[in-house]
Amino acid sequence: MEEIANLFNGFAVVLQPFNIMVMVVGILLGVIIGVLPGLGGANGVAILLPLTFSMSPTSAIIMLSCIYWGALFGGAITSVLFNIPGEPWSVATTFDGHPMAQKGKAGEALTAAFTSSFVGALFAVIMITLVAPLVAAFALRFGPAEKFGVYFLAFCSFIGMSKEPPFKTVAAMMIGFALASVGLDEMTGQLRLTFGFEKLLTGFDFLIAVIGLFGIGEILLTMEEGLSFKGRSAKINSRVVFQTWAQLPRYWMTSLRSCIIGCWMGVTPAGATPASFMSYGIAKRASKDGHKFGTGEIEGVVAPETAAHAAGTSALLPMLALGVPGSPTAAVLLGGLLIWGLQPGPMLFVEQKEFVWGLIASMYLGNVVGLLIVLTCVPLLAAILRIPFSIIAPVILVFCAIGAYTVHNSTFDVMLMMVFGVFGYLLKKCNYPLAPMVLAIVLGNAAEESFRQSLLASQGSLTIFWSNWLVGSIMALGLIALFWPLISQALTRVRPRPVTT
Amino acid sequence: MSRKTKFCNFVVLSAFALAPLYAAVPVAAAWEPSRPVEFIIPAGTGGGADIMARTVQGIVAKHNLMKQPMVVINKSGGAGGEGFLDVKNSKGNPHKIIITLSNLFTTPLATGIPFNWKDLTPVAMLALDEFVLWVNAEKPYKNVKEFVDAAKKANGTFKMAGTGSKQEDQIITVAIEKSTGAKFIYIPQRGGGAVAVQLVGNHADSTVNNPNEALSHWRGGKLRPLCVFDEKKLVYTDKLAGDMSWSSIPTCKSQGLDMAYLMLRGIFMTPGATKDQIDYYVGLFQKVRETPEWKKLMSDGAFNQTFMTGKEYTDWVAREEKRHEELMKEAGFLAKK
Repeated sequence: MEEIANLFNGFAVVLQPFNIMVMVVGILLGVIIGVLPGLGGANGVAILLPLTFSMSPTSAIIMLSCIYWGALFGGAITSVLFNIPGEPWSVATTFDGHPMAQKGKAGEALTAAFTSSFVGALFAVIMITLVAPLVAAFALRFGPAEKFGVYFLAFCSFIGMSKEPPFKTVAAMMIGFALASVGLDEMTGQLRLTFGFEKLLTGFDFLIAVIGLFGIGEILLTMEEGLSFKGRSAKINSRVVFQTWAQLPRYWMTSLRSCIIGCWMGVTPAGATPASFMSYGIAKRASKDGHKFGTGEIEGVVAPETAAHAAGTSALLPMLALGVPGSPTAAVLLGGLLIWGLQPGPMLFVEQKEFVWGLIASMYLGNVVGLLIVLTCVPLLAAILRIPFSIIAPVILVFCAIGAYTVHNSTFDVMLMMVFGVFGYLLKKCNYPLAPMVLAIVLGNAAEESFRQSLLASQGSLTIFWSNWLVGSIMALGLIALFWPLISQALTRVRPRPVTT
Repeated sequence: MSRKTKFCNFVVLSAFALAPLYAAVPVAAAWEPSRPVEFIIPAGTGGGADIMARTVQGIVAKHNLMKQPMVVINKSGGAGGEGFLDVKNSKGNPHKIIITLSNLFTTPLATGIPFNWKDLTPVAMLALDEFVLWVNAEKPYKNVKEFVDAAKKANGTFKMAGTGSKQEDQIITVAIEKSTGAKFIYIPQRGGGAVAVQLVGNHADSTVNNPNEALSHWRGGKLRPLCVFDEKKLVYTDKLAGDMSWSSIPTCKSQGLDMAYLMLRGIFMTPGATKDQIDYYVGLFQKVRETPEWKKLMSDGAFNQTFMTGKEYTDWVAREEKRHEELMKEAGFLAKK
């Protein structure tokens, strides 16, 4: 087992006092970055990249990857407490995390989120340690058609399982696709739907839409409902962590499934956001408490968080082995590698052993350190909800505005955020689900791109989506997920079960 | 607004009025940034321009080349149009510079956004980025002729993956078609790294990746370079893949593929910059070029290290604009007016 020996060498590198200090600093910065909406992991890492030029490459990558872990952890905090996803991949965490907080169970929700993040990351790191070369080869099989298959599956698993009427889900998703298509069309290099308005050149940034739809929309709803947080009854309970841990083993199946989904999405590389949505959708389908999802089920927090972290971690593998970043943050880290004179790709594992295994060892330790840091903060964070709404709401508004401004350094975006807020409020009032719309805004561009790349390659023939077993089976899974309600109905009719009401 | 204009007029007038006094001051202190300098990248994180700008930022910080910090900001929306318009609209703000790639020409030509490089103040050319024709190493063709024959035989089903649409990679593809008569299906991708992997995974038949985007796969034995789109061979002789170095790749011209293309990596600043301000940045980048970190970046990416400033640079940019307009007109890429 040469890998294991290499890994222990890696641990020896990471356990130097300077590197441990770098690790703790990185995690703390990352959590802060994750909490601030708008200042995403990618921006955070990019801003702090130059700080690391004076360090050795190994220390530098430890610091930056720890910022990345911290941001992954931190994204969950605002999702649970205020229904504002700090990062794209924590959108799915709000679905059950925020209702839990409203029921006064913020501590449980946060503990579940952090712990599942840790489990997901650990699973992904073990996978990287053992099967890195195999996985890298698998990732190479993913051309445009296969990538589209993955996005198709993500959308389908979402429509099929939605609690809302399917037509409202589809309508919301279509609005999302329309918003996603504004701006430059990457396939033809033409501007679309900008009506000559320069500000629309960049399209609607996902983060601004999310901050508006969720954050501002939520504040408007709360104002209507009487200016108070429902979570005020939350008791500060220092043992909440252990009490939640006692419940978690029950969801091992959800956890394992989410780990696998996450790793798959991270490697392919579709990224952490579709992973979290897909995993939430499938958990809802598979769980016997599926109908209670969305009302504050702990399982609904476990599923997306596990998958997001597993994907976020495994996204580093294609970056190291192939030089293709699996996420925007990985893209910035990739830039960092080049600046430090390390050429990512197949030769990195051969020529820069110390660096690669130091990084992998830091993934193990970084996640343990990160978990300890965020868990100690749980009672403190849960207590934030005890602050009166009249004080916290303006603070949230200011944070939202800063977040929206940071995305492009533009005040236009702040106004856009307000518009999205009102829009989100109206949609909620009319019982349109926001999640499919957000999913479409996030993945709409990428899905369209891979769809059109495939059709270019096949010269317009749709058979490319069935041209080999890999893409064929992904598409088939997607179709099954889409028509699942009909299929399950048909199945019960064929094989009637005793009616339980 | 009008009050602001009046105030500006007042400042300008009084500056003129006091000009003789300035001249009298012995250390007519050259201009220096008094606030943090924004360094705009009209491209996404992780790409070639981004890496170069962030390296510069790191060099400036490490060697203390500037008293104020340098802040790098990506404004990649609309194929970089977002960044160009931002700099264009910051007239008279000397604390903002931008690094450009070929989208300085291609984006306004293809999209029709109200921008032209003449809206900015040219500072200096930092380097030129090379393009290489790559194929998968499993494929039988070993030189340009065999490659072109295979492409012709495929009868329009040969796939060329490249970065972006109606940008440099597609322009080169169209030029190859013109020069050889072979037809390609061009498949736009989001970044150079993804392009290289599509080729390694056999989802495309060829690419025109920049050297550093494909280097690692070349060294890993997955890709094969056929020719470089420059007038002369590359100068870097370090052995990279077996006995091959960058300098062993023949020029496309010598292989009967008459096309040369280099991509600008240059610096511009906001409109209305004074000579003092331009000189300051020219001096800054001259110092950056002296550092070992910069030299390493250049040799890793097999860059063409031409450095130009002043009129020479402006003339070069004007010539390139004309050339892009011709190339894009021939290819039918110009925005409809």
